[in-house]
Amino acid sequence: MSTAIDRFDDKARTAFDKIGQNEVYVGELQRHRVYTRFLHWMVALFFFLALFTGFGIYLPWLFRWFTPIFGGGPLSREMHPWFGVGFVVFFGLQTLNWIQPMKWTAADTRWMRNLPKMAGGKEKQDPPETGFFNGGQKAQFWEIVGGSVVFVITGIILWMGARTFGRWPVAISYVLHDISAVVMLGGIFIHIYLSTIGEPGTFQAMIRGAVSEAWAWTFHPAWYKQVTGRDPVQACEEARQRGEFQGK
Amino acid sequence: MSDRKTLQIKQISGHSGPSAGFDMQRDAEVCKLIDTTICIGCKACEVACVEWNDMPFSPTTFDNTYQTMPATRWNFWNLIKFNEHQREDGTIQWLMRKDQCMHCADPGCLRACPADGAIVQYTNGIVDFQQENCIGCEFCVSGCPYDIPKFNPATKKVYKCTLCSDRVGGGLEPACIKACPTGCLKFGTKDDMKFIAEERAKQLRENFGFDHAGVYDPQSIGGTHVIYVLHDAENPERYGGLPKNPVIPWSYTVWKWLFKPVLGTFALFGLLGVLLHYVTVGPRRPQPEPPLREPLEGKES
Repeated sequence: MSTAIDRFDDKARTAFDKIGQNEVYVGELQRHRVYTRFLHWMVALFFFLALFTGFGIYLPWLFRWFTPIFGGGPLSREMHPWFGVGFVVFFGLQTLNWIQPMKWTAADTRWMRNLPKMAGGKEKQDPPETGFFNGGQKAQFWEIVGGSVVFVITGIILWMGARTFGRWPVAISYVLHDISAVVMLGGIFIHIYLSTIGEPGTFQAMIRGAVSEAWAWTFHPAWYKQVTGRDPVQACEEARQRGEFQGK
Repeated sequence: MSDRKTLQIKQISGHSGPSAGFDMQRDAEVCKLIDTTICIGCKACEVACVEWNDMPFSPTTFDNTYQTMPATRWNFWNLIKFNEHQREDGTIQWLMRKDQCMHCADPGCLRACPADGAIVQYTNGIVDFQQENCIGCEFCVSGCPYDIPKFNPATKKVYKCTLCSDRVGGGLEPACIKACPTGCLKFGTKDDMKFIAEERAKQLRENFGFDHAGVYDPQSIGGTHVIYVLHDAENPERYGGLPKNPVIPWSYTVWKWLFKPVLGTFALFGLLGVLLHYVTVGPRRPQPEPPLREPLEGKES
């Protein structure tokens, strides 16, 4: 089973590399290939389409704000499930694509315990054992996997409605659908913040697919060591002595 | 499907803020009284309903009973439910109940509805759907304890009995009341109808031997603006599945009016949180950062 998935992913990655480009300049490392970036932005697109169509239905306060974006309430309601299908399909492919690097390890548990120090600005660099994805990224990934399962089950019940499933499944699904959405929304604030202004140099990983070596040894030291074979702490120290500072 | 000029609004679905014209004018609560003990099942009310509301007569289903079709439809709002009930002594009783929207004082459909203005409740107690505002989500179907709102797949809107709000607004009785030949249907203020119903139930108990006769006006949803006199008020389920204790799912009460705004506010705080993190703790930059400058004494605050 896993080999079939691997073969599929390999084929997709190779095919997408032919369509798109991976430009990695001197002093940079390849982070995400074209296929991964494509999936990420399709997931993002459908997430926000589904989010904004859902907002109007979620709260009466937001109804008059968000439904006009999509041509009114009826059209919002009509399109919301289809946007959800798009989200789930592309995130499903991303799950297959990332299932290996997203495997939870003991290092990730230690990373999570260390989180308050890093968020508080006490530690400038991630722990040396932080690999391609850190504990926070993995936690968010698995939250979205779980949340998507909730979305699919409750979404189908809400879509088909009480005529098909009866009153109570709909009334309960409605709550679970909302909870899943609000949790994911909270996660997305953190995700967007950290990938843009919160940790500068991250955004290009999903645009061009490349990151600077300094970014890699700072935030994902174990991955840096794995791909370059050099010690991340030592590499950082050498850069400091050469006066290669990374902006302000 | 209503005349909004004459009817005062009490509640609007999915509406933030007060309702226009709320409490401007007092209005007596109206009520339809259905005395199931003198319904002969003639279906005049069914015909009057489709006629007044200008709907084509629906195809009927014959299943060896005196019921026109299994359930109400989006264009058939009024149905006499028929049940042949066998008493303990072996004798048979034909139970006829006019099934339509109950116009609950606490309407589950209105609570469930997310669309601003798709469902309104007037101060006279009528609950009315405004199809031009309906988004077709069918949440009202799950909110209703009586399975009344019906979806039209062609228009993607939900329809139900309006208690002839257009007639009532103009000072007339609902069409079904006008058509009823036996006096089984009565229309007036809630207080009057409740009084007549209780008197009739008392008469049934004392003079006709229906020991459990009573009035159906369920308090679990704050009472209804359609009430029944039943031969056996302890078993309303016999009358085509009339629920004894109709309920609105808790998710449409607690969840919708308390937790949803609270969670929405939390989400807003999440946005505020990351912004405050940026301006207080600041971003985490790739290392090495430039060395910090020595502060200039007394020159900087």
